[in-house]
Amino acid sequence: MKKLLQNSAFLSLLIALSAIIFGYWLLQNPRSTLAFLLTLGALLAAFMLDIPRWLKVLVGGAILLLVVPMAGFKNSFLFELGVQTGIYAAMALGLNVVVGLAGLLDLGYAAFFAVGAYTWAIFGSKQANQFMPWHIFPLPGAYFYLFMLVAVVMAALTGVVIGSPALRLRGDYLAIVTLGLGEMVRVLANNLDHPVNLTNGPQGITPIQRPPIDWFIGLFDRFGIHMSRAEAYPLFFYFLVLVIIGIVTLVNIRLDRSRFGRAWIAIREDEVAARAMGIPLLPTKLLAFATGASFSGAMGALFAAKQLYVSPESFTLIQSIMILVMVILGGMGSIPGAILGAATVTILNVDLLKTASDYLNDLRNAGFVLDLGIFKYNFANLPNQLEPAKYERMVFGLIMILMMIYRPEGIIPERRHLAEMKEKA
Amino acid sequence: MLEVLIQLLPSVLLEGLILGFVYAMIALGYTMVYGVLELINFAHSEIFMSGAVAGAETFILLKAAVPNPFILLALAILIGGAVAAIVAILVERLAYRPLRRRGTTNRLVPLITAIGASFFLQDLVRLIEGLWHNAFYRRYPSFEVFEATYTLPNLLGSVIILLTLWIVFWVLAYFAYWIYRAATGTKGVSRRASRGLWIASLVLTLLVAVIDRGTVFGDLGLTIQMKSILVVVISFAMLYGLNWLVHKTKLGIAIRAVAQDAQTASLMGIDPDVIITYTFLIGGFLGGVAGVLFGLLYTLVHPYVGFIPGIKAFTAAVLGGIGNITGAALGGLVLGMLEMLGGTYLTFLTNGAMGTEYKDILAFAILIFILLFRPQGIMGEQVGEKV
Amino acid sequence: MKKALWLAVLALGALAFAQGKVIKIATVSPLSGEQAALGEMIKLGAQLAIEEAQADFEKMGFKLELAPQDDQANPDVGVAVARRLVTDPEIVAIVGHLNTGVAIPSSEVYKDYQLPMVSPANTGPAVTDRCYLDIDRLVGRDDVQGPAGATFAVKTLGAKRIFIVHDKTTYGQGIAEQFRKRALELGAQVVGFTGTEEKSNFQALILQMKAKRPDFVYFGGIYNQGAVLLKQMRERGIKATFMGPDGLDSSKFVEIAGQAAKGAYYTTVAGPIDQYPKAKAMAEKFEKKFGKAPESFAIYGYDSANVIIKALKNFVSYAHRAPTRAELSMLIRQTTLEGVTGHVAFDYKGDRKEADYFVVHLEEAKYPGKVVKVISFPAPATPCKAIK
Repeated sequence: MKKLLQNSAFLSLLIALSAIIFGYWLLQNPRSTLAFLLTLGALLAAFMLDIPRWLKVLVGGAILLLVVPMAGFKNSFLFELGVQTGIYAAMALGLNVVVGLAGLLDLGYAAFFAVGAYTWAIFGSKQANQFMPWHIFPLPGAYFYLFMLVAVVMAALTGVVIGSPALRLRGDYLAIVTLGLGEMVRVLANNLDHPVNLTNGPQGITPIQRPPIDWFIGLFDRFGIHMSRAEAYPLFFYFLVLVIIGIVTLVNIRLDRSRFGRAWIAIREDEVAARAMGIPLLPTKLLAFATGASFSGAMGALFAAKQLYVSPESFTLIQSIMILVMVILGGMGSIPGAILGAATVTILNVDLLKTASDYLNDLRNAGFVLDLGIFKYNFANLPNQLEPAKYERMVFGLIMILMMIYRPEGIIPERRHLAEMKEKA
Repeated sequence: MLEVLIQLLPSVLLEGLILGFVYAMIALGYTMVYGVLELINFAHSEIFMSGAVAGAETFILLKAAVPNPFILLALAILIGGAVAAIVAILVERLAYRPLRRRGTTNRLVPLITAIGASFFLQDLVRLIEGLWHNAFYRRYPSFEVFEATYTLPNLLGSVIILLTLWIVFWVLAYFAYWIYRAATGTKGVSRRASRGLWIASLVLTLLVAVIDRGTVFGDLGLTIQMKSILVVVISFAMLYGLNWLVHKTKLGIAIRAVAQDAQTASLMGIDPDVIITYTFLIGGFLGGVAGVLFGLLYTLVHPYVGFIPGIKAFTAAVLGGIGNITGAALGGLVLGMLEMLGGTYLTFLTNGAMGTEYKDILAFAILIFILLFRPQGIMGEQVGEKV
Repeated sequence: MKKALWLAVLALGALAFAQGKVIKIATVSPLSGEQAALGEMIKLGAQLAIEEAQADFEKMGFKLELAPQDDQANPDVGVAVARRLVTDPEIVAIVGHLNTGVAIPSSEVYKDYQLPMVSPANTGPAVTDRCYLDIDRLVGRDDVQGPAGATFAVKTLGAKRIFIVHDKTTYGQGIAEQFRKRALELGAQVVGFTGTEEKSNFQALILQMKAKRPDFVYFGGIYNQGAVLLKQMRERGIKATFMGPDGLDSSKFVEIAGQAAKGAYYTTVAGPIDQYPKAKAMAEKFEKKFGKAPESFAIYGYDSANVIIKALKNFVSYAHRAPTRAELSMLIRQTTLEGVTGHVAFDYKGDRKEADYFVVHLEEAKYPGKVVKVISFPAPATPCKAIK
């Protein structure tokens, strides 16, 4: 059996088969969480196991570009899930540069997300009329792509502004200070509704323009697929996110192998030694900070357009921690790890915990009685505080503690990091 | 405008002082653990919170059985402190000790664990409260004895005003003079000039007092509540007790020995693990008592109540010089007063453009400022980074 | 033992999947957190209405269900819940939200999917002023409630120096601004206007009050903040008359503020139950079923669900199928109902054609207080506009 599992041909067959079976199941039952998870499992297996590259591409392409979109037509929640996963994956990749490569613990990462989101939210809605003349706002949706670039620049600038004092500090102080600065950005967003109304305070900004998609609908029309706007947007955002993830991953891989990437790792391993080798500490750290921030900024703009609504509540500490948990779970410094971590945590948080809550709710409402002979329980008595979806902090906290104690190198460890984490004092 | 500022000054400083005592007690927990383990115990804010919640439960449960509010308060303090201490020890045992055993060199690993523990505890308390009461917001019941308000003599307020004005004028004058000297190319301030500044600022203060005597010696409406008096008395007693414990008992000596050099201490027959447990116990107890006092002052407690006071207390610890016990207490008091000053005066100074909502930012700003320019804090000594 | 376990699992699965044609009405309101007392009432009111109608739908071959959701009084959570709800095809309509600030961004999502929302509690004008076809509301509006409160404060109570605090939400700030506008028109002096998100420590704010010496304090917001503010004000010796909007309309307000609540006023759009003669039977049923008396928005939750149910029933008995969301939206707008809160009919924007407003005085620290003034007022014909 063991030998069989090492046989590449057998493995390939197994994966191809499971991808087909699970994919078909998902298409038949688009609302089944289990089918969705199994399909993703096949995707993960295809990526992780030792099979020919063409098959990896084939399985990945089929699942991501065919199965999920087709199932998503019947259950648009899959798109919501896909887009959120993509947004968080890109952010996890960004934080991975800061925490994983450069070894700088940033607890205020959501601040850059906020900067990106507000960049588009303010100008892509009527909000900008509050403090700018001309009354030309909201800008047309086509400006969205331009503002994604603006958001990248703004977030990187914020990264430099926040980083230049903070990065002079040592590891654990840096963490607390970034936490403080992250909170500062949120408090500012919350309070800059007066004297000049920049952000509309805690009430947030809505509605926000989305990029025009008539061309996208037209494209599908030619193939005989007709969609309404409400149907087309989730699909559009799904594809957009896939493209962005592709770009971000490529950038990440290139960075990892570049001069900067090696400098960051050198700083992470030993700051003093790195300085002795002639690496300028502050500029190199700042570069890492700004790079990570820019990823987050771009996704912020996308988030604003997707969500139609932006408020300071979306950028609390728990957001920063959630992204950190993704990086830790996947393995600090590991690119596939960050993506896997993002997918796991997002699916857990957005889907599984909520599905569990709904399920318990159904049982409670129906007054279901569980009868195990000696043990009888009426679900109508279930306290309604027992909703898994509300205990995300507990889940994140547990992941952090357990990972640090039992597997600090993460699920898919980066090779160099593995060695360091296992090192004894 | 200036009159309003002067008139409010004693009330603001008094409120700040009361808040500061709570911060000071939380700050001690951070500083002690940092002194011994060089770890920012991020979960300390949740230890504070569990004390506050346990205190609320004690109050609510025993309100009918124990008619005397003072005995009730004593019980709440004991139970709140004990629960917090137990939580602190459990966190140390279950989350931090396994890491020490493994001997991780990476500094981020324990910090991440601490953050995880903090988040875990928040929702754990929420779960327990939710299952128990089907609600996780708890309120401290109010007692007429505790709410009783006493008016303080106006003279006290006047003295506070004059002293504060004197200090403020002196600081301003000192800075101005220092800048003037720096601009003219010489550095520092001579002793004679310093004395001159003291006298000049005193004269200026007296001048203001004479010109604005209606306000300074007028009716200041300085009041204090029974519960505020209790908070001050209890926390003062606790701080004094801790000081005695650390400096006069064997346990205190052992704690200081481990803080200085754990390895050498263990050669002297001190088990660092035992001492670390004691440190968490003491810090946790103080944090828990602070929680009860916080609840008594501000009524509302919930599982997420610890975060902001926690961060502020950490700021206080850094302000006083982290690892330094007296410094932490002092830092707490200073931070409490600064926060209250900022929260009240910002509105007046900016004519309503910025308000109390920026008072949390103030603490963060102080934290960053201190870490960048005087990382050793007010009382701390310069320590080189260990390589 | 093992067998029993498998059976249980199977039964659980069967329960979740083996249901015929299900129609779900969702309530979205805060069920956890500090404002749960108000949110819970909305849910229970709607639950009662749905359970009463279940038998009729059973006869028509449908299973009518309630899907209670928790928005935690947080706009961000509200939008996330909305995004999840719209993807569930069984959900045909929403009863919610409690907070205007949550309802506005969430309804942007509902509108995209043409999912009808009937609001039992949102008083912010912008909820209906956007003129979305899918959004209706049963309660009055803050551009009537705020000015009505201000008129009462200045004319009847003789307020001269007014200090206004709000909670920085769309609702609280909105009504505080309406109040200020009318108070200034009537010649009163507004000595302070400030927003705060503080929930426990109001000292800094109270010190400001001490400096400004108001004789009247208006708080635009919900009871969880308002009660604590009032309590701390009284502790620090500020004796100004206290008033707030319908957010204070909960027994919890009195519970938290204690003796300090004595003498306070609030305006509300959902009067005490004895103001509604038709609600008596419903109130008894409610109390018997849930073990507590219906408060504030409970009857509005009940009527909101009943409007939806009436529209649904009309459609199903005629077409023998469940309506699409767009169809139901259109239908709800045209439905009229003799509800327990009186005659329900919507105007072209989705506002209730004629709504009631109450001024309530807490003569003793006991809920509910005494109604000192009732006005019926048609919805103002403000023009349709997108929010600023």
